[in-house]
Amino acid sequence: MKPALAFLNEALIERIISEGIDILCKLGVEVHNENVLSLLSDFGAQVDKVKQHVIFKPDLIEKSLRTAAHPFKLFDVLGNETHFFTDDNVYFTPGSAAIHLLDYDRKETRRPDTRDYIAYAKIISQLEHIASQSTAFIPADVPDAISDSYRLFLSLLYCEKPVVTGTFTLDSFAVMRDFQVAVRGSAHNLKEKPLTIFSACPTSPLKWSAVTSQSVVDCALHGIPVEFIAMPLSGFMAPVSKVGTLVQHTAETLSGIVISQLASPGAPVLYGGSPAIFDLRYETTPMGAIETMMIDCGYNEIGKRLGIPTQAYISLSDAKMLDAQAGLESGIGAALAVLSGINNIAGPGMLNFENCQSLEKLVLDNEICGMTLQLVKGIEPKEDLPTLPLLQELLAEGHLLIADHTQRYLREEIFFPGPIIDRANASRWRDEGAKTLVERAHAVVNDLVERYRPSRLSDDVKNEMIELMEGEARRYGQDHLPPRQDDSI
Amino acid sequence: MDLLQQIAEFLRKGDDKRVLELTKQAIEQHIAAQDILDNGLIAGMNVIGELFKQHKIFIPEVLFAARAMNAGMDQLKPLLIKENARPVARIVLGTIEGDLHDIGKNLVGIMLKGAGFQVIDLGKDVSAVRFVEAAISEQAQVIGMSALLTTTMLNMKKVMTLLRERDLDGSIKTIVGGAPLSEEIAREFGADAYAYDAANAVERVKMLLAHA
Ligand code: B12
Repeated sequence: MKPALAFLNEALIERIISEGIDILCKLGVEVHNENVLSLLSDFGAQVDKVKQHVIFKPDLIEKSLRTAAHPFKLFDVLGNETHFFTDDNVYFTPGSAAIHLLDYDRKETRRPDTRDYIAYAKIISQLEHIASQSTAFIPADVPDAISDSYRLFLSLLYCEKPVVTGTFTLDSFAVMRDFQVAVRGSAHNLKEKPLTIFSACPTSPLKWSAVTSQSVVDCALHGIPVEFIAMPLSGFMAPVSKVGTLVQHTAETLSGIVISQLASPGAPVLYGGSPAIFDLRYETTPMGAIETMMIDCGYNEIGKRLGIPTQAYISLSDAKMLDAQAGLESGIGAALAVLSGINNIAGPGMLNFENCQSLEKLVLDNEICGMTLQLVKGIEPKEDLPTLPLLQELLAEGHLLIADHTQRYLREEIFFPGPIIDRANASRWRDEGAKTLVERAHAVVNDLVERYRPSRLSDDVKNEMIELMEGEARRYGQDHLPPRQDDSI
Repeated sequence: MDLLQQIAEFLRKGDDKRVLELTKQAIEQHIAAQDILDNGLIAGMNVIGELFKQHKIFIPEVLFAARAMNAGMDQLKPLLIKENARPVARIVLGTIEGDLHDIGKNLVGIMLKGAGFQVIDLGKDVSAVRFVEAAISEQAQVIGMSALLTTTMLNMKKVMTLLRERDLDGSIKTIVGGAPLSEEIAREFGADAYAYDAANAVERVKMLLAHA
């Protein structure tokens, strides 16, 4: 039996959903996008183009919820299935779009560049417990106007895993789609085998910007899955209570689902979010707050009730360094997330309120993810009932170290984290240099960069992407892309 | 406790009704409006600012105090104009072009207003030209800019360039903030100040004006 965690009962879930629908049908949302307003109006929503305001109809929402309610899959650059977003399947992905990188040597944050991003892509491609890559931070050595497409370009060039990403500007969608079409060979193949998920954020409270609402439509039309990231901030830009915040989150997310499903019924979506409480003392939006995590788990239950796969920014930390706070907040989040069955769990590597990535934290989190993926397997009989024969063998042999049963189930029943999580005895630990956790993590980072094997994506496709990216860079006044210092590509 | 101290005390408690009453009383007693402002309302607000910085109180307390401040100010404004008192500093505030993050900017606006400044909020996605033109037409001493995206923060530089081109960089000061900014980047952009949160923004704006 899979262990499961629930915060809401059936009646409360129903009530929250009906309140959310009620809000959309009475207060409505602002949409700052002509195309999207027309789309909504064509399908019977009450649209005020001057005020850029939409009032929804219950049947429109219900119809959209029906077409959105289905599982979907992701595939890596080679076309192999990696994700099946259904039921309580859980997958981790690194926290995305950080502004800074925590520099190991300088012990401080700085703006990352192409070299850092390539190191990241090399590492993430080898992390066993993190199923996808995300465009985790923003290389600062290209014009900012192309920084969103450039991250996706590097990711697809160096790492085979599917990518969680998103656009910063209206213009970048085209080239970001073209990369994917290049990888798959055709737009049709891309629809058949999605390669990326795009994040789309409504603006709390109850608003859609031109860029993000357009991104929802563009993705729907091209079969690119979208994760909705509503960010109500409890006590500030949302009611202070958890249920109140959940209602607002529901309304905002449902409005996005309607836009996507009207653009293309059945378009794949994740019921996601990044809500947070607001820490009035420091004016911050803590992702490591226990209430933030409870709200995440709460809307996951709502998404599941609606039959839509889910996503959350949980398993990240607000610490500034890779310290005990970083570990505990990420660990608690990861454990709650897997027990809740959140399908796409975003967070590993992230510090400082989604502002800072750390490669050392990423490799540590990989081990935390491994532990929690073990946790969620639960406790089940493994040819151990009746147990009498096993104990007879133990008494006869004096140990079970080499018993058949042990051999069969050792790896399945026990997860061995390390070398970052340390389980050596103290003497051995001292003997091996008395290394701190951060030092061990840094050694893993270097080791993985060293051991990296190039992506098996064909050179033709890689070159096609390089041409696309160079064209895009030229469009924004940069004649050459930063050197990638990599002879393999 | 004298009347002005009482005003300061009730302002600190966020009691807008008592502040209003006492301000009226002070006016009836012919205390100079500037005196009521400086030693009553602003004195109370300074205490609030200090407590806030020490995390002894939270934003809601600041907002209650600001509401009390406004109640008193409504009474004083006509008199201050008549007395030809030192005008309150004016700040043009907004989120820079291309950027829609306005939560932090709004909070900064709330705190600046609370501290007694007049804030002209231009909203979000504000172009450099709009910032500068609003600062001129509003006769503002300070332009405050917010950016939360690495892509948009570069647009801030345009404001400083425009001010220089129009020879206004001496009379209009600039302050910037938002997650991707830092003291260093602010300097690199040519801004006069940087602040990491709303209470810090109030402090830095005061410093800017003191040096102006
Ligand atoms: C909430 C949020 C949103 C909300 C914004 C809602 C709103 N009305 O503002 C929504 C969901 C709409 C959103 C959208 C997007 N966001 Co956003 N967002 C955030 C988040 C989580 C919190 C920001 C916040 O409000 N913090 C709370 C306030 C109180 O703090 P603050 O803004 O830092 O402000 C304080 C100080 O900085 C300072 N300050 C701020 N402004 C000023 C101004 C002056 C003059 C002074 C003196 C001081 C000052 O004082 C403030 C008070 O303490 C940040 C991550 C983060 N922690 O910063 C990401 C973040 C900024 N967003 C990010 C991204 C990528 C986006 C999107 C592009 C996502 C997408 N693909 O759709 C869009 C951008 C749309 C656009 N063109 O602007 C990235 C930025 C990456 C980058 N390298 O630039 C971040 C870092 C998150 C991440 N890792 O992905 N976002």
